[in-house]
Amino acid sequence: MALSRLTSRSNGISRPLSTAFGRFISTDTTPITIETSLPFTAHLCDPPSRSVESSTQELLDFFRTMALMRRMEIAADSLYKAKLIRGFCHLYDGQEAVAIGMEAVITKKDAIITAYRDHCIFLGRGGSLYEVFAELMGRQDGCSKGKGGSMHFYKKDSSFYGGHGIVGAQVPLGCGIAFAQKYVKEEAVTFAMYGDGAANQGQLFEALNISALWDLPSILVCENNHYGMGTAEWRAAKSPSYYKRGDYVPGLKVDGMDAFAVKQACKFAKEHALKNGPIILEMDTYRYHGHSMSDPGSTYRTRDEISGVRQERDPIERIKKLVLSHDLATEKELKDMEKEIRKEVDDAIAKAKDCSMPEPSELFTNVYVKGFGTKSFGADRKEVKAALP
Amino acid sequence: MASLLGRFCRKLVVPGSAHGARMVSTTSSCGSETVKSLNLYSAINQALHIALETDPRSYVFGEDVGFGGVFRCTTGLAERFGKNRVFNTPLCEQGIVGFGIGLAAMGNRAVVEIQFADYIYPAFDQIVNEAAKFRYRSGNQFNCGGLTIRAPYGAVGHGGHYHSQSPEAFFCHVPGIKVVIPRSPREAKGLLLSSIRDPNPVVFFEPKWLYRQAVEEVPEHDYMIPLSEAEVIREGNDITLVGWGAQLTVMEQACLDAEKEGISCELIDLKTLLPWDKETVEASVKKTGRLLISHEAPVTGGFGAEISATILERCFLKLEAPVSRVCGLDTPFPLVFEPFYMPTKNKILDAIKSTVNY
Repeated sequence: MALSRLTSRSNGISRPLSTAFGRFISTDTTPITIETSLPFTAHLCDPPSRSVESSTQELLDFFRTMALMRRMEIAADSLYKAKLIRGFCHLYDGQEAVAIGMEAVITKKDAIITAYRDHCIFLGRGGSLYEVFAELMGRQDGCSKGKGGSMHFYKKDSSFYGGHGIVGAQVPLGCGIAFAQKYVKEEAVTFAMYGDGAANQGQLFEALNISALWDLPSILVCENNHYGMGTAEWRAAKSPSYYKRGDYVPGLKVDGMDAFAVKQACKFAKEHALKNGPIILEMDTYRYHGHSMSDPGSTYRTRDEISGVRQERDPIERIKKLVLSHDLATEKELKDMEKEIRKEVDDAIAKAKDCSMPEPSELFTNVYVKGFGTKSFGADRKEVKAALP
Repeated sequence: MASLLGRFCRKLVVPGSAHGARMVSTTSSCGSETVKSLNLYSAINQALHIALETDPRSYVFGEDVGFGGVFRCTTGLAERFGKNRVFNTPLCEQGIVGFGIGLAAMGNRAVVEIQFADYIYPAFDQIVNEAAKFRYRSGNQFNCGGLTIRAPYGAVGHGGHYHSQSPEAFFCHVPGIKVVIPRSPREAKGLLLSSIRDPNPVVFFEPKWLYRQAVEEVPEHDYMIPLSEAEVIREGNDITLVGWGAQLTVMEQACLDAEKEGISCELIDLKTLLPWDKETVEASVKKTGRLLISHEAPVTGGFGAEISATILERCFLKLEAPVSRVCGLDTPFPLVFEPFYMPTKNKILDAIKSTVNY
């Protein structure tokens, strides 16, 4: 393939132009083997190999989707500052490799459950940009009908269980989902994601014990971005080796900024979980933004640190370098792709802005299951008295 | 708005009830006190400084308190009193409160911060089963009276499901602890000092909406406002309104509007919800014959229900109309629907009018 590219360039024959979706017409699945940046560190298991099977298609897909995620988060930042998004907004930029690498090896039957930094995971699970922005702005076409907001994205048909505000609460839920999957013999697993701050919650250990006791196919993914809001991991945890925290549960430490390392680890974890029960994956990652939009992100870490990570370990840059070094695209083509992505995001935002807010009657729907007709009282006697539909 | 309340408080004469409420404790002389204009978080900060200064065995801890806390209530404490007395904890509410109970059991004053009242539920078991019952089940051998749990509560305009809850009703159902909610900076400082020094475990909810919004003249010295004493902050004859925390500012607006229509409203700040000052409210309702309670928490099972039932028992023959409750709706605290959910001034005004015209 590289040879044919060389030939075409030297002959001056124009290369296949990108399609409207920024994808090359050639759905080239030529296999490529990529080495992960770092070896895996394992706890109570044998680490997988550093050589990751991939393809040219996958490489380009990774780039495109991660650039899309990055662009989406930056756009959300501007929307928040313009007060179109209210409430809380926790951005994922810097951590895209985790979402992407995971999606590459799982199916829509495998479940993912995460905390509140969920925009990109939702996108990875097949959510559309329109649904994302509509939900962020509280419009009725949002994925949670505008009632959830940034922290509560869900997608049932892709087994994405959201979107949770209370730190650590989603992990026992994830183990419950894993139990259900094991029970119906679906050969599916659950990825329960949490952060380094949540790693100190008691309910995590309860969930781990249960999963290990009953051999549940649950994979606990600790997205260690080294700061629990403003607290550095070493100030909150006696043992910041989160992959070892499972004690009797095996664990793997992964470079979370390398999408291929994540992919390999998740593949390994899925196989392990289906055979042997729970496993912990610690993704060593980083977020560029602060904890949320209310946090500048620079009071507890230096700007040098942030820009250092951006230069050395940025996940999109890494993929870009791989794409360029494997001659899959030129700089210009990648820039064009990014321009298209920007347009795609802008279009989605414009469409979402036009969407209407949910009906006020939606305030009362889905408190209980439909048809229970419970009454809800507000201002006394006659004013707000609604039968909850 | 809060400064309006402040002015009312200053001028108020004790109403006709034995308990009556006094603004400032008698340990200070009103004449020469120096006051400073402070907002709520600064007043709380001052109270914490004084508490740690006056008792060397008091500690402040919680998530992110070291740098001052997410609402700046603990600014300057770590620098002044050291990291051994003011320190950050990991993210584990149950562990934090349990730890605080143990510390208090050794005779210390543990001032625990729960970052948002919405996160207090993992610690609910510790508060209900351990803190509230410690003295009782050990036959007074042990107690955790030095424990004070502070948490910001209440709506803030855009908080959504998990940054706006008002969980006071859950805690009012637990004999053994006290529940205190201040309405303004001046009140907050005095009530917090009282709560910290009270020999019972106290859950202290701070209205987060008022952290920056409310500004009042706060005396700089050490003063305490007694617990379990409600205060009549506005006198009237036609209807009694009872509330606490940030809701009082909304209720006061409704009272002013009602006055234009010729309805004279009496407004009471409960301050301490558990144990609450039944006598003051009773005396007021016996005078006016009507009661309206308002709180942000959902109406079903909210603390308004307890007040309503008690007043009904005590004032049945004096009541001219059913007790009215203008509260949050029976739904989870919504995100975009917050303006519909909240017990707003107009809802309260409507309820005042329909109660008076019953």
